[in-house]
Amino acid sequence: MATCKYDWPSEGQRGLIGESIDRIDGPVKSSGRAKYTYDTNPPGRLIAKILQCPHAHAKIKSLDISAAQKLPGVKAVLVVKDAGSEIQWAGDEIAVVAAVNEEIAEDAVRQIKVEYEPLPHFVVDEDLQKAQAAGRTKEGGESKQGDPDKAFQDPDAVVSEGLYGLPVITHCCLESHGSVAQWTDAKTLKTWTSTQNVTGGPGQFGQGLRLKNVQVDDNNIETICEYIGGGFGSKFSPDSWGIEAAQLAKMAGAPVRLMLDRDAELKMAGARPSAYARVRVAAKKDGTLTAWDSESWGTGGVGPAGHPPLPYVLEFPNSHWKHTEVLTNIGGARAWRAPNHPQACLITMAAIDDLAAKLEMDPIELLLKNVNLAPPVLRKAYTDELHVAAQLADWKKNWHPRGDKTPGHIKRGMGVSLHTWGGRGHNSECNVIIRPDGSVTVRLGSQDLGTGTRTVIGITAAQTLGIPLDAVKVEIGDSKYPPSGASGGSTTVGGVSNSVRRGAVDARDELFAAVAPSLGVQPADLEARDGKIQSKSDPSKSLTWKQACAKLGVKTIQTTGKNPGPCHLGDSGVGGVQIADVSVDTETGQVKINRMIAVQDCGLIIDMKTAESQVYGAMIMGVCYSLFEQKVMDETLGIMLNPNMEFYKLATIGDFGEFVVHMMTGPGYDERGVIGLGEPPVISPGAAISNAVANAIGVRVPTLPLTPDKVLAALEKGAMA
Amino acid sequence: MRRKKDRPHKAGPEKSALTRRDFLKGAGVTVSGGILVGSTVASAAPPGPETGFVGPGAVPITLRINGKSHKLNLEPRVTLLDVLRDRLDLTGAKKVCDRATCGACTVMLDRKPVYACTVLAIEAQGHDVTTIEGLAQDGKLTPVMAAFVKHDAQQCGFCTPGFVMACTAYLEREHNPTLEDIGKNLGGNICRCGTYWGVRHAVLEAAGVKGGA
Repeated sequence: MATCKYDWPSEGQRGLIGESIDRIDGPVKSSGRAKYTYDTNPPGRLIAKILQCPHAHAKIKSLDISAAQKLPGVKAVLVVKDAGSEIQWAGDEIAVVAAVNEEIAEDAVRQIKVEYEPLPHFVVDEDLQKAQAAGRTKEGGESKQGDPDKAFQDPDAVVSEGLYGLPVITHCCLESHGSVAQWTDAKTLKTWTSTQNVTGGPGQFGQGLRLKNVQVDDNNIETICEYIGGGFGSKFSPDSWGIEAAQLAKMAGAPVRLMLDRDAELKMAGARPSAYARVRVAAKKDGTLTAWDSESWGTGGVGPAGHPPLPYVLEFPNSHWKHTEVLTNIGGARAWRAPNHPQACLITMAAIDDLAAKLEMDPIELLLKNVNLAPPVLRKAYTDELHVAAQLADWKKNWHPRGDKTPGHIKRGMGVSLHTWGGRGHNSECNVIIRPDGSVTVRLGSQDLGTGTRTVIGITAAQTLGIPLDAVKVEIGDSKYPPSGASGGSTTVGGVSNSVRRGAVDARDELFAAVAPSLGVQPADLEARDGKIQSKSDPSKSLTWKQACAKLGVKTIQTTGKNPGPCHLGDSGVGGVQIADVSVDTETGQVKINRMIAVQDCGLIIDMKTAESQVYGAMIMGVCYSLFEQKVMDETLGIMLNPNMEFYKLATIGDFGEFVVHMMTGPGYDERGVIGLGEPPVISPGAAISNAVANAIGVRVPTLPLTPDKVLAALEKGAMA
Repeated sequence: MRRKKDRPHKAGPEKSALTRRDFLKGAGVTVSGGILVGSTVASAAPPGPETGFVGPGAVPITLRINGKSHKLNLEPRVTLLDVLRDRLDLTGAKKVCDRATCGACTVMLDRKPVYACTVLAIEAQGHDVTTIEGLAQDGKLTPVMAAFVKHDAQQCGFCTPGFVMACTAYLEREHNPTLEDIGKNLGGNICRCGTYWGVRHAVLEAAGVKGGA
């Protein structure tokens, strides 16, 4: 029973909450009417283009923009990196041009003359010895617990050793990074920015501009992002090019659109750090895990990327890890959906899978046996999820020990993995407004990355007020609205649902107080349901929503809901299990995804449809990085060889078979309240698919992506062993 | 296997060191230059030299888009996509790869799907251009759009208009699609959020094929 006034309704009373509901901005998106930053065309808007550095590491000797400035149609040229500047990766911005159209801006970029002094570069991250020899490494941390040396030497220990890894991949947002900037007067800046952080926009623009000696108060900056074409962790700030758009707009006295070209997007607008590891893992003969030892490395570009959390999820009684940062001249790392987790997951779950093969154990049995090494709060979830996933995959019937022994060149295999994430709701404030005509608006400075944020806000308000979803107007995507956190780390759904719940309960209670006298009941006896305000003890005493709101007279109700706040509406920490079923052609090396099963918990689900979409989408994104994606760097030239969508491969609609999504709900899950879902399901696909391939062909392909050349190389090595 | 869709250009200069604009600017546009050009360019070009070259300066052109005629003055190197988005504010078609790979810019030319990033505006003269804005009349969703909503075949939504166009054109020529056909025929549209699962079901539903619901 509800004991705290903001509590979520109990089971059976939840109405819209947890149902499968169409996203409320679906029609505007599917009809092409949704306006993104890239689609913003204020009158007189100029288009800006960037001159990129062609060298991975260089000093600018001289720079001449005069010819570009003289070109008819060019309105402003801004030097970003002056003579004497050192450039650290190919693609970095040297200068930016704003012109009346795209063609002239491109012409002008070509007119800029730059002399470079190329400097030595380093872009290789896979070979640790090479990086050490080149002096391009830095200590990245080390930790020890228990006595791993002793555990590995135990005569009863079964030890498996292996190398596992994932290369650098990019975010490849379909809407590239960028902004449209317009000075509505000398002191007031309006920016449309493709951002995961609407509320943070004015502060970020203000700070960036003041560093460039453009005086502006944060107060006089508005950031708008109604729709964003993908972010995935790469769009938390307006970036240098956002500031440049505002500088150019000031210089030119006209609005400027500066969106990255596709190659710039792939070269410099975000990369997921690579991770490689040599791992030793030990268990008793019965499969009880005893020891972990890893030496890992990876690159986040010229700066550190942090270490993957190894070993992942399972806390071994004896463990040691050591991480080395490899410093390379590639565009800097950014948070990529579940930062460092897919890396840690692949390394850990592949190592455990290889150990299971050595023990001749079913890997699901091994995980179930060791579930007590997982955080206590997740042990039951993992146990349930492993059983549900095994059942959905018909694992007992379909799984076989490593190496498909059936004749022919198509080998089939199955692999399993598990993952975790936090996902506690971020700080969020919202206004809930009820007007005397019955119209309802919910307003907050949040953003919908495509996860369904608008829909979740609408459902929460509608259910709390007892009115239909389409009776709630949801306004987000503008920094003028109450502050709400950046959308990262699966924190949005918890933040906005909790603030809106509190704001809507308060608004509803104000309405109860306003109408109770006319119904001759106490406000506490009222409930809002089915479009009515009615007495719980005597439902014949009731008003329609409109009649009730009319009692407000000229008064408008406006409440502010906040997160964090009173009552338990959300939590942190989820589990999830995925199983992949693949076929591998041992003649061509091609991997085909037959089937994937995802079993996921995330507390109380507000909209089942958009929640499931997150999981389907994450599995497809997982297929992309497992089979296709890699930022390919040329060792000699130091440049990215595939900065386009033809050779930076992503999966297409025919590149996978059947997907099954099962969300864990009901007792044990729902009462935890709302927990984020964006990150977790993208973590396991790499490990599940890699394990399935190893199960199919009998040998491990050490690194992702599992491209035909690597599969064939692993088969050849395995045949020789 | 990945890119099955008909493309307006068979042999672009994409693999050379020249950018597309460099190439087009340097070469001018010849009457026989592209498979879609035909006689329309010759007839639309201003009184030009007998060589059949137009440009490189701006030339008057007329485009018929969603049943409406638009007179513009454009350099021949300007793409149909840039005209739609930047000159006419028809922003449903998106610029993503700008290289005829991802399909986000898909529009129809005489009801055939094309990548608008790789069609010159001048080439589109004499053809009926249909953009997503021309599909949804009076704010009403088409069956394909409605199926995209029902099956949540969209997340961030940036690939969605292009996907809806490609699906619409596909279902105009194929009334009984199978999952395998869908994989082959709609492989020219790339989604980063991973909405393909929903798109498959949306296509089946819009086609009225069992399994779509």
